Amino acid sequence: MKENIRILKRILNYIKPYIFFVVASIFFAAVSATLSLFLPVLTGDAVDMIIGKGQVDWNGLTIVLLKMALVVAVSAAAQWILGACNNHITFGTVRDIRKDAMRHINELPLSYLDRHPTGETVSRIIADADQFADGLLMGFTQFFTGVITIIGTLVLMFMLSPAITLVVVVLTPLSIFVASAIAKSTYRYFKKQSEVRAVQTTIISEMIEQEKIVQAFAYEDRARQRFNANNSELTGVSLKALFASSLTNPSTRFVNNMVYAAVAVSGAYAVIKGRFSIGSLTAFLTFATQYTKPFNEISGVVTELQGAIACAGRIFELIDEKAELPDADDAVLLDDVKGNIDIDDVCFSYTEDKKLLENVNIHAHSGERFAIVGPTGCGKTTLINLLMRFYDTKSGSIKVDDKDVKKLTRHSLRTNFGMVLQDTWLKPGTIRENIIMGKPDASDEEMIRAAKNSHAHSFIKQLPNGYDTVIGEDGGALSQGQKQLICISRVMLALPPMLILDEATSSIDTRTEIRIQKAFATMMKGRTSFIVAHRLSTIKEADCILVMKDGNIIEQGKHEDLLKQEGFYSNLYRSQFEV
Amino acid sequence: MKRLLKYLKDYKLECFLGPLFKLLEATFELIIPLVVKRIVDVGIPGHDMAYIGKMVGLMLLFAVVGLVCALSAQYFSAKAAVNFAAGVKKDVFSHLLSLSYSEIDTLGTSTMITRLTSDIASVQGGVNMFLRLFLRSPFVVFGAVIMAFTIDFKAALIFVAAVILLSIVVYGIMALTAPKYRSIQGRLDKVMLSARSNLNGVRVIRAFGTEKREFDEFSEKNDSLTSLQIITGRISALMNPFTFIIINAALIYLLWTGGVAVDTGRLTQGDVVALVNYMGQILVELVKLANLIVQLSRALACADRIADVLDMEPSMKEGEKNVPAAENPCSVEFKDVSVRYAGASEEAIRDISFKVPSGSTVGIIGGTGSGKTSLVNLIPRFYDTADGSVLIDGTDVKDYTYASLRSRIAVVPQKSVLFTGTIKDNLLFGREDASDEEIIKALKDAQAYDFVMDKDGGLEAEVSQGGSNFSGGQRQRLCIARALIKHPGILIMDDSTSALDFATDAALRKAIKEMDDAPTLFIVSQRTASIMHADIIVVLDEGSAVGMGTHEELLDTCSVYREIYESQF
Repeated sequence: MKENIRILKRILNYIKPYIFFVVASIFFAAVSATLSLFLPVLTGDAVDMIIGKGQVDWNGLTIVLLKMALVVAVSAAAQWILGACNNHITFGTVRDIRKDAMRHINELPLSYLDRHPTGETVSRIIADADQFADGLLMGFTQFFTGVITIIGTLVLMFMLSPAITLVVVVLTPLSIFVASAIAKSTYRYFKKQSEVRAVQTTIISEMIEQEKIVQAFAYEDRARQRFNANNSELTGVSLKALFASSLTNPSTRFVNNMVYAAVAVSGAYAVIKGRFSIGSLTAFLTFATQYTKPFNEISGVVTELQGAIACAGRIFELIDEKAELPDADDAVLLDDVKGNIDIDDVCFSYTEDKKLLENVNIHAHSGERFAIVGPTGCGKTTLINLLMRFYDTKSGSIKVDDKDVKKLTRHSLRTNFGMVLQDTWLKPGTIRENIIMGKPDASDEEMIRAAKNSHAHSFIKQLPNGYDTVIGEDGGALSQGQKQLICISRVMLALPPMLILDEATSSIDTRTEIRIQKAFATMMKGRTSFIVAHRLSTIKEADCILVMKDGNIIEQGKHEDLLKQEGFYSNLYRSQFEV
Repeated sequence: MKRLLKYLKDYKLECFLGPLFKLLEATFELIIPLVVKRIVDVGIPGHDMAYIGKMVGLMLLFAVVGLVCALSAQYFSAKAAVNFAAGVKKDVFSHLLSLSYSEIDTLGTSTMITRLTSDIASVQGGVNMFLRLFLRSPFVVFGAVIMAFTIDFKAALIFVAAVILLSIVVYGIMALTAPKYRSIQGRLDKVMLSARSNLNGVRVIRAFGTEKREFDEFSEKNDSLTSLQIITGRISALMNPFTFIIINAALIYLLWTGGVAVDTGRLTQGDVVALVNYMGQILVELVKLANLIVQLSRALACADRIADVLDMEPSMKEGEKNVPAAENPCSVEFKDVSVRYAGASEEAIRDISFKVPSGSTVGIIGGTGSGKTSLVNLIPRFYDTADGSVLIDGTDVKDYTYASLRSRIAVVPQKSVLFTGTIKDNLLFGREDASDEEIIKALKDAQAYDFVMDKDGGLEAEVSQGGSNFSGGQRQRLCIARALIKHPGILIMDDSTSALDFATDAALRKAIKEMDDAPTLFIVSQRTASIMHADIIVVLDEGSAVGMGTHEELLDTCSVYREIYESQF
């Protein structure tokens, strides 16, 4: 419960910017509720003017009916504004929370994102936020009107009979008590529901995202089985949660009926004792029903809100996830980069128990070209993760132009590196948007020149809309090689002072590659570069080859020197000519 | 929605009992004021506290029965709604998996996921609410109208007019908002797409320092979703005031005409009071109904989107020939094959023919975008040919059932994708009933055994999503092992050794050749070294086969091949 209150407080914080709408909402709720209470009174007056044949007070009736018309018009307008305000508050709040979640994702360390399935994270931002909105809207719509109706009827009842009002006031907390007891005992069902649903979302997103692989392995039936098993579980859990949420309303209504009965008894008793008139009792009973009704609704809102809180809790969990260590206060911008990179005694591991890099030392001078070779899993990609500061070193230091990377702003460090990875990623959008990603203000000529240099221009030109062709999720129908060419164009356009090419041309045919190599060579001139590659042509021309194995640099030097050493590298080199 | 109704079929009883109990509950609720009336009319004038006590006891009894009815109603409608949603979800999931590659390409993942999750949730809510209220509200409304008729025909006509007017308003608002709810879901798709692509591309986004721009794009989509939600909300919010105005206008008119009728002696004051009460009951019910309708229009829009998916026919028709796969290598023949993708201006593959005897190795080489993947994608029938046919063991791939066709083929895709779970789970993805020995053999053949054993937990080591805790080369080898475990008749390696060093690559090819019943092997590669020992090499250039033969033959006859070869040595 404490947890819930904490979450509720945070939700209120998000609502704060909409305080104007909240005030308006309360005001119009008050107006419409008061007027709604006033309407039966007017109706009563009107009825009193139609007593019998020839006994109709036409003047009075006209005035009362006109008053009613006015009340109805004002009340209806108030209701509409109230609804609009509530909408505004709810959807605005959800938008803000979603935004914060997304902004936070941008600050999360990669270690978190690498560990958590995209489906699960997306489910928090989309599905949970959506359900939260539904709950919140329901809450706002009924809460204020309810409260004001309660206060209004209380006043009217008090005017009729303070004693019986006391009976009502004493008994009604019962329904709140019942509602909160139910809420408390059913909270776990909601939580469980959220959890099982998250698993389902993960299955859905993995299986649907990788549907092609699923089909290639004729895994459909097994995917269905897995999904069905989870779906059955979710069905059971949801049924419990849904039923639990619908327990409250009938239960509180039951309590209210008891209140009603109590009023009837005590009222009847009062009438018999001559302290109360029959007419007053009738009116009192009407008010008593009107008074208890909001309690029903509010208790319904409580369950609805509970679901909403569970969802909000899951979003907040994401928002609370520890962000990347922020840039140091005295972090400086990396500019005017020469490209001297010093890696000293760097150790790193993803998990405590398993060392991945051990005492790595690399000293690159401005404009030098480094090739990293080694068997798969030797730590090449990890090294790149550290250079880009996607992860932080456990010990040792990495310096760019004698400045420790931890003392630089991440943004400036990263944008000074041009990176092409083997895993191509294109954002959904046009090809143009993808190429100018690193330099949004590039002119068309610059963009086309970059595309020509990376030999992407010719195939882009053939697409239905050229550079404005919209590519779908994950590059759509483009081939892997074509995607890679676009990624290369992206770097060729941005031209940062340091380069990281991790198998950047792995999916590109060698003839095209050789042509790109020329452009690469021009690009690398004066730029410190790290190249992970298997192609000897690339490696041979490097100023220094780093041979890595099991997280260590075991050999280092120029191609010819390394061959002469007759070590690991020369073996690797020779294996190419054997089968 | 009609399309989805059949999912309620198994829950007819619940669909009947839910509303029935709701109705009973409403009836008991309506009786209570009558009991009070007896207290007032009989008990109080007679000063009979015992009678009053009896009546109060009766009231409590009704309250208890009402509670039981209400809980039953909630239970049955919840049961029907939840099971309905589960049934729909099951079929939609299953249906999505049966779509062909070209539909997957056009539809996109994000929208498939929203339809499966958010849309179905919304329909579930709608069904639940509908079952609880759809009988009750009309019951009360029509009951009140009929009661009005028993009092006075002329006055009752006001009721009829009001109800007709209300129906028009309700229908109008629904018609106005339904398409809006549809586009809200559409915009939700876009928000989701944006969120997903941000997560998937996080490395590139951070490397280019474009977090802010990506975030702004997300915000923009998020804002456009919100503004539509607010606008639609405003229209929906009209429902309540409108019903309020109509009912109260009717009430005012009723009081006025009632005044006239009483004045002439046609009605009594009591009659007017009763009519006014009935009007009041209608209003209360309609307020509930209005909320229902807002939720319903959203549910209907979502139901349509789900039905759209279910109606989407896979563009390929599954064959009927179900031949269990033997563990023998298969022969493959391409006959005058052409491929054209939807929306493409040119053919991706043009007129290619060649025969592959079982057990032989085919190398496919060619420039970026020359159609290598398109060609091998035809073997497991991921796409259909525009012209010509592909035969496996003499039978057209279109004649096989998908399961029997794909059970004999294993594919190692270009992009190595692993699933969350353990290494073993991922390998069993290839074949469910593989024994540990088979797993280990496959790992060894795929040159993956050593690094797997180095992992904590070995085969039970966890793979995080997409396999991000493995290097590119490790992922590729796990994908290869996953394929080998199938004991396929045909193995397609679509440039799937690009992240392997040459030594590993060579050892891998050697291991595959030495397997028992070694599969017919298709190797797509950029490297001549990977394919130069193949029995047939197909050289592709812009969708056409410009050379076919062995390495030596091609060096003599095919200039494209020679160029590729020379570029690598």
